Amino acid sequence: MPPIAPSTTPATVQATGLSRRHGARWALRGVDLALHAGTATVLYGANGAGKTTLIRLLASAMRPTAGSLRWFGDVSPDRVRVATLSHHDGHYDDLTALEHLSLGARLLPSPRAGRPPRPSPHDLLMRVGLSARSGSLVRTYSAGMRKRLAFARLLQKGADLVLLDEPYAALDPAGALLVDGLITELRGQGACLLVSTHQVQRTAALCDHAVRLDEGRVTWTGLASDTVGHPSVERGPT
Amino acid sequence: MESLFQCVALAQKELMVQWRTRARFGSVLVFGVTSLLVFSFAVGPDSSALQAHAAGYLWLALLLMSTLSLQEAARLDVQNGALEALVLLPVDGRALYYAKALVNTVTLGGLGTLLIPVVVALYDAPVKEGALWLIATVWLGSAALVAPGTLYAALTSRARAGDVLLPLLLFPLVVPALLGSVKATEVVMLGDPMGRLGSWLGLVLAFDVLYWSLCGLLYPLLLED
Repeated sequence: MPPIAPSTTPATVQATGLSRRHGARWALRGVDLALHAGTATVLYGANGAGKTTLIRLLASAMRPTAGSLRWFGDVSPDRVRVATLSHHDGHYDDLTALEHLSLGARLLPSPRAGRPPRPSPHDLLMRVGLSARSGSLVRTYSAGMRKRLAFARLLQKGADLVLLDEPYAALDPAGALLVDGLITELRGQGACLLVSTHQVQRTAALCDHAVRLDEGRVTWTGLASDTVGHPSVERGPT
Repeated sequence: MESLFQCVALAQKELMVQWRTRARFGSVLVFGVTSLLVFSFAVGPDSSALQAHAAGYLWLALLLMSTLSLQEAARLDVQNGALEALVLLPVDGRALYYAKALVNTVTLGGLGTLLIPVVVALYDAPVKEGALWLIATVWLGSAALVAPGTLYAALTSRARAGDVLLPLLLFPLVVPALLGSVKATEVVMLGDPMGRLGSWLGLVLAFDVLYWSLCGLLYPLLLED
């Protein structure tokens, strides 16, 4: 299987023989993957292919059953440098958007030397288009607004490894454009991105590499531009 | 030091969330009052029997209320993956535990304090050693129920049939604290000619120190998959 990025630069995250079992079923089997700084990779595959499991393993939200992971060259993850947008948005229904971001500002350590200061909660809310509802409880938000807040919380970390699981889900066209802009911007800033999505063609236009998962195995890797018209995208679920 | 700052920030968040969901905790109080009422019906109109059993029934009601309020507090964390988001931020697991346990103690201690006048009225219970000692006993005992309860509630909130599992795990563990709290309350209510209050409260305090330390160490392990 060809490497999906040049091996001359050290990987931001590297998976070797990564496997995860849920009960009797293997959700992921023997995945080898190396993602590098300043690159974006689109991850695609049918429902149940193992995309979310892979994202959760890379986010250190769960441990592999077999195989190993290295983040920034280390076997233990520096979680401050990893940001994840997952299916569960991680919000408290009874806090406001502003309270979530203010809490994050208090809980996160100061940025490392040489990194820009973290954006203020108000700036982040303006960025994701939630300023007008910043004082409303999250329980009153639509699914798209919740997703926008999740993006604001993700941006607040200023992470080097950004894992996005279905970033376009529940968003309106303006929200989808916001995601496009964020992927491009984060990649340009040198972050390493992995984007799991069913909107392969849209995301591939913003990414460098592509990885297809089928029943927990990597079945195709290549340049994101090669996914246009590629049978692995066209054929859908196998 | 960073953990301490995180603990303070998380405790403030926890207080805010629990305050905004106070209607649910209000129903826990109504459940406690109803339990006391049912217990008093079970004993009957014999006022000396009611007085003799008042301390035990107060703690039975508090024990039952504790499982409900702890489950509710843990549910708020598990909902939407909020706890996992904090773990991945990352927040120190001990800060998460102590913030949660502290606010759970405030909630249960507050609910218990509100039950005291109900017990006094329903069971015609005297408070010979003074109301302050009774309130102190309720808060010390509440802290004893909350220490392992917060840990177990986090454990069972993600499990199937977690509602049943929590009391199954918690009740056997807190027997020493419950015994000490009932005896201390009994002594405060009925009088303490033998000077036993200190030793019963000492038992509850020892339980508090042991389990607040132990659970603070175990909780971070529970958060990892």
